[in-house]
Amino acid sequence: MRNNMLTIIKKEFVRFFGDKRLVFTTVLLPGLMIYVLYTFMGQGIMNQFETSEDYVYQIYAENLPQSAQMMLEEMPVEVEKTEKAEREAIKELIANKELDLLLVFPEDFDAAVAAYDSMNAGSEAAPLIAMYYNSTNTGSNSAYRMMTEAFDTYEALLANKFDINAGEDDYDLASEKDETGQFFSMMLPMLMMIFLFSGCMAIAPESIAGEKERGTIATLLVTPMKRSHLALGKIISLSIIGLLSGISSFVGTMLSLPSMMAGASDTLSASVYTATDYAMLLLVILTTVLVIVAALSVISAFSKSVKEASNAIMPLMIIVMVVAVTSMMTDGAPTEWYFYLIPFYNSVQCMNGVFGFTYLPMNIVITLVSNLVYTLILAGGLAKIFDSEKIMYL
Amino acid sequence: MEEILKVESLGKTFTLSKKQQKLEKTNEKKRIAVNHLSFTAYRGEVFGLLGPNGAGKTTTLRMLATLIKPDQGDAVIDGSSIVKNPEEVRSKIGFLTSELKLEQFFTPNYLYDFFSDLYGVEPSVREERKQKMFDRFGISQFAEVKVGNLSTGMKQKVSLVISLVHDPEIIIFDEPTNGLDVITAKVVTDFLLEMKKDGKSILVSTHIFSLIEKICDRVGIIINGKMILCDDLSDITKEKSLEDRFFEIYEETVGETV
Repeated sequence: MRNNMLTIIKKEFVRFFGDKRLVFTTVLLPGLMIYVLYTFMGQGIMNQFETSEDYVYQIYAENLPQSAQMMLEEMPVEVEKTEKAEREAIKELIANKELDLLLVFPEDFDAAVAAYDSMNAGSEAAPLIAMYYNSTNTGSNSAYRMMTEAFDTYEALLANKFDINAGEDDYDLASEKDETGQFFSMMLPMLMMIFLFSGCMAIAPESIAGEKERGTIATLLVTPMKRSHLALGKIISLSIIGLLSGISSFVGTMLSLPSMMAGASDTLSASVYTATDYAMLLLVILTTVLVIVAALSVISAFSKSVKEASNAIMPLMIIVMVVAVTSMMTDGAPTEWYFYLIPFYNSVQCMNGVFGFTYLPMNIVITLVSNLVYTLILAGGLAKIFDSEKIMYL
Repeated sequence: MEEILKVESLGKTFTLSKKQQKLEKTNEKKRIAVNHLSFTAYRGEVFGLLGPNGAGKTTTLRMLATLIKPDQGDAVIDGSSIVKNPEEVRSKIGFLTSELKLEQFFTPNYLYDFFSDLYGVEPSVREERKQKMFDRFGISQFAEVKVGNLSTGMKQKVSLVISLVHDPEIIIFDEPTNGLDVITAKVVTDFLLEMKKDGKSILVSTHIFSLIEKICDRVGIIINGKMILCDDLSDITKEKSLEDRFFEIYEETVGETV
C-alpha cells in the first residue's frame, strides 16, 4: 500500500502526457505564445519610434541660415524655404500629418548667434529657433528629435570649452555581471512567479475540482488508499506538470529577450550565473511550485466544479501578482531572515537575490524549509478535505 | 450461520439548506435519513434492502461503504468497524453504484491495473483475474477503447468489473439494475447469483420487487429511514406476493393508501 502515492503520480502522468492536446496547450503553447508575442511587441515598439531607413523628412524652413543649410544637406531631409505669410498654412499641414516639420529661424540667425554672449544671459535673450512638429506623427516626431539633437550639437560646438568622455576609453565601469544582475533581478522574479502560477492554475482545478465534478474521485475514495497518499500524489504530480508549463514560459521569455531589448541585450548574458546560482534558483522554484499547487488544490477541493474553482482562485492570484511585483520595487532582497517565512514573498525575494547576486544562503534555506512545511500542512488539509463527506459528496 | 455484517442502531441526519426547506415547505432544519437502523446479514447470502425512493437505502449503503460517516451507531463488516477502521472495511468490500464514475480518458485495461494497484493485488493474480472477468462480461474486445467511447451498458459492466478487482468477500450494490437495458440487467443479476454460488455475501438495495424475488434470501423493508420488517424472503411471501405484502406494510406505516 505504500506505493499508492506512486500509483497516483503515475496515473496523473499517463493522463497528462497521453493527451497530446493537453500537453500542447499547457506546456508548449505558453512558451510559444510568449515568444511570438514578446518578439512582435519588441519590434512593434521599435517601429513606433523609428521610421523606415529610406524615409525622407519633409521640412519647411523660414529664414534658413547658411550654417543650418549646410547641416541639413547631410541629413535625409527635403527642405523647402518658406515665408512668414505661409506659416499658419504649414502648421495646419503638420497638424494634419501631411508635413513633418517647420523650422522658424530669426532673421540673420548666424550673425545673431555670433554676436550673442552667453555671459549676458540675464539681460539679453538668446536667438530662438522655433520647431513646429506633431508628436503623434512618427515621422514628424523623429524629425523633431533629429533636429533638436543636431542643433544642440551645433550649439555645443560653437561654445566648446571642454569635452566629456570624448576618448576611446570604456568609461562605464559596470561589468556585464552588474548589468545583467540589475536587469534580471528586476524582471525575472516577477515573470517567473506569474508563469509558475498560471501554469499551475491551468491544471490543478481540472485535476481536483474536475474529478469531483465528474464523480471519478469518489471511485478513488472507496479504495483502501490513504487520503494523505492521494493528496500528496496529486500535489507532486501536478507540481511537476506545473513546473514544465512554467519553464516553457520562461524559455519563451529568454528567447524573445534579444528582440525585446533590441540593442541592450548584448550587455546581458545568462552566463554570468554560476552552477550554484542555478541550483539555488531551481530549488526555490521547485518548492514554490509545490506551495502554489498545494494551495490551488485545497481551493479546488472546496469547489464543486472547475468553473467555481477558477473563480475561487482569483483572489489568491491577485495576491501572488502583487507580491511578485515587489521584486521590481525593492532595491535588492531583504536580509532579515523572518521575511523568508512569508510564502510567495520569500520565493520572489530569493529569486531577486539570486539574480542580483545578493542572496544569503541562510535565507534560501529558510525559504526552502518553510515552503516544504507549508506544502505538508496544505497536503494534510487536502487529505482532511478528501475525508470530509460534506465537502466531497454534498 | 456466520454473521458477516452486523448493523447496530445506525443513524444519519442531514442538515437541510434554506433552499430545500422552501422547496419542501418545511421549517425543519434537520432531516433524519436513517433512524436507528439495525440488521444482520450472514455469510453467503444475498440480503436485499427494499424501500421507496428517499427511504434511506442509499444513505445506509454509503455509510457501510465508509463514503460517509454515521452520526450514531456502528456496523461491523467481517470483523471491521466502519467507524473505527474505515480503511480496513474498504479493502474488504466491493462497492458498486452508478455515482462512482470512471475517468473517460482511460481504457478498461489501464483502469483495471490502476485499481488493482490501489487495492494491492499482485500482478500475476491480477492478469488472470482480469482475463476471466473481461471474458465473462465481453469487455475483452473493448479493453483498449477509452471509457468515454464505450456504450452506457459497457461502461456499467466495466465499472462492475473494476469494483471487484480485489475479489472481495462482501459486495455492496446500490440499485444494481437501475438504468440498464434488459440484456445488461440480466447479465448483472445472473452474475450476482453466480457470486452467491461462489460463497460471496451480497447486500443490494432496490425498489424493484422482481429483483428481490429473483436473487434475495432475506429482505429488510425500509420506510422513512426505519427498518419496518426484516425476515427471510420465503417467510414474507408465505401468504401473499412480495408486492402485496409491501403495500400492506406501507399502508400500516405511513397511514395512507397508495
